[in-house]
Amino acid sequence: MSERGQPSYQEVNDAVLPTMTTFTWRYWTALSISVTVMIFGFFAPWWYQLFVGVGAAGMSRAAYWGTYLGNFIFWIGLSHSGTLLSAVLHITQSDWRKSIYRSAEAMTLFSLITAAFYVMVHLGRLWFVHWTVPIPNVMGLWPNFRSPLMFDVMAITTYLTASSIFIYMGSVPDFATVRDNATGLRRKIYAIMCFGWRGTDREWHRLGWAYTFFAVLVIPLAVSVHSIVSWDFALSIVPGLHHTIFAPYFVCGAIFSGTAGIVTVMYFLRKYFHFERYITEKHFNNLGKLLLLLSLIWSYINMLELFTGWFSGSSFEIEALRFKLFGFYAPLFWEMIAFCAFLPLVLFSEKIRTNFRLMLWISIAINIGMFTERFLIVATTQPRKFLPDAFSFYMPSLVEIAITIGSFAVFTTLFLVFVKVFPSMSMYEVKETLNLPTRKGART
Amino acid sequence: MSLIKDLFTNWSVWRRPGYFESFDYSWGMVIDLDRCTGCEACVVACTAENNLPIVGEKRFSENREIKWIRIERYWSGEYPNAKLSFIPMLCQHCDQAPCEIACPVSATYHNQDGLNTQIYNRCIGTRTCAVYCPYEVRFFNWFSYTWDAPLEQQLNPDVTVREKGVMEKCTFCIQRIREAKDHAKDDGRRRLREGDIQPACAQACPTKAIVFGDRNDPDSQVAQMASDARGYTVLKELNTSPSIVYLRRVDQEHV
Repeated sequence: MSERGQPSYQEVNDAVLPTMTTFTWRYWTALSISVTVMIFGFFAPWWYQLFVGVGAAGMSRAAYWGTYLGNFIFWIGLSHSGTLLSAVLHITQSDWRKSIYRSAEAMTLFSLITAAFYVMVHLGRLWFVHWTVPIPNVMGLWPNFRSPLMFDVMAITTYLTASSIFIYMGSVPDFATVRDNATGLRRKIYAIMCFGWRGTDREWHRLGWAYTFFAVLVIPLAVSVHSIVSWDFALSIVPGLHHTIFAPYFVCGAIFSGTAGIVTVMYFLRKYFHFERYITEKHFNNLGKLLLLLSLIWSYINMLELFTGWFSGSSFEIEALRFKLFGFYAPLFWEMIAFCAFLPLVLFSEKIRTNFRLMLWISIAINIGMFTERFLIVATTQPRKFLPDAFSFYMPSLVEIAITIGSFAVFTTLFLVFVKVFPSMSMYEVKETLNLPTRKGART
Repeated sequence: MSLIKDLFTNWSVWRRPGYFESFDYSWGMVIDLDRCTGCEACVVACTAENNLPIVGEKRFSENREIKWIRIERYWSGEYPNAKLSFIPMLCQHCDQAPCEIACPVSATYHNQDGLNTQIYNRCIGTRTCAVYCPYEVRFFNWFSYTWDAPLEQQLNPDVTVREKGVMEKCTFCIQRIREAKDHAKDDGRRRLREGDIQPACAQACPTKAIVFGDRNDPDSQVAQMASDARGYTVLKELNTSPSIVYLRRVDQEHV
């Protein structure tokens, strides 16, 4: 934040607190649309699928996995940047994180919840999902600890727990601010939510230590989560999936799409919540540089993956590669390359990195590309496995398309509820970066 | 806590070297492609024996048919020298099965008969086993299927009817193995003898192309035929060690 024209502490409160209590017609419209789409796009088709069986989706023999798992990887990936970026920037003491990390972490949490929904949508018999959790049961049987899906359940529950504690803990002093500025029932609720925070030295000390502890814990956790998601695929012997590069490939792709997601969310917060003074060109510039770097790594790994498949000389690998690059889904593949490998190259220019609207479109294009990548991972490999007799084709059904659209509404709904419950920008940490206010308030 | 108790009582057994590699029986199959005429009698027999649902034309065209054993057809050459070769494909009951590590709830596992078994009641339908299987011999119940009257009268009472959301596959007719074991016990025998059991496909094969038996017994017909010079296993390079040995078809050009 520039020295001149810095806001005072009161102005920070005045910028954030009203966003939680004022409900504009725009907000109600957005909320009602997303709730409607969520019910009719996500839960209604899901209920139908539970009723008739997974056959309502377009999957068939050989293509046993479909859009659901593609979506699952996408949402887990989107969840990657928030908490990870926030934690990395916290321990490297980059102050510019402070105005954006709250919404980034919320994005993590809500995309994880959406991803968890997809695991359940994917299951053939949802009503037995608790068998994947190692709880003592009457059958005297543990889950299979050799299974990568089992690792997945463990990793996601751990990550979900850790990131929800992380975001909540970071918000406690802000809940106290909300409490101090509220009356009546609202005051009582926030008094409970902030655990009676009074701002003593001991409380700040404990918060600081716990926060750093979690930041350090979350970084390896986030890396391991997406590595484990990649093992769902890489531990199979399916050509096109059985690559050792898959773990770094997924982690890199996850941070890539997550960072793009943060840029998108940042744009809307800046525009509709009027955080212009707090979310500045600097944030877009820095995240643009990060996107560029990640795009270059992603392109490199992608080339490596294709090359390894081709270089293996195995006819199965080459057929899988041919189907991916030149088969029915080839347009999607080249669209992905255009959006994720070539388009981000324009970020070399600082003028583009600091242009808010361009950054919004680039970030959306990157996420479209990354969504395609996840779809292609499941849709192009399984129909071309080993025996030519079982070669098949996968096309998503209406139910799958509806659920895919509906899941975006699930995410949006959660986020819209979030901005009214949590202060969507960390007030106390933004204040830490400001100079002391003058007696009159803002410094001129 | 039966889990903990089991752990202590079975610890010494589980720690016995080779416990997980050596099986009481090692059921296996030899399929002589020279004898196979591709008549699909095995497919029909399997459908009748194991209560396989008839999914109908629409589901069939969607690639959702359930046939635990199928005849794969491969054409080679150009007309008029076109050649058709076929191979019956069923669960290979791999000793190093890729599907077994995949299941998060252990619904598929290796039993002490060397069989790769599927527990329908335990399955939650993640379909990972089917994705991991290189032979494409696992079948998913995309819907709950019904049998129109009076067809439900011909269901085999020894075999479960599977509901929607459950994976299924060839069991080597485990119900017949269990029954034969019961009879052997009644007769006071500890082990099954050669010829005590035959899965439905082997029983139905008019040319006796499918031979079933215990590979642990060196005198069994299966063990002897498996060492034939024509013998091979499908997708050997994947190191799944299948229990089914195919005997290569000898053509005019090979002679």
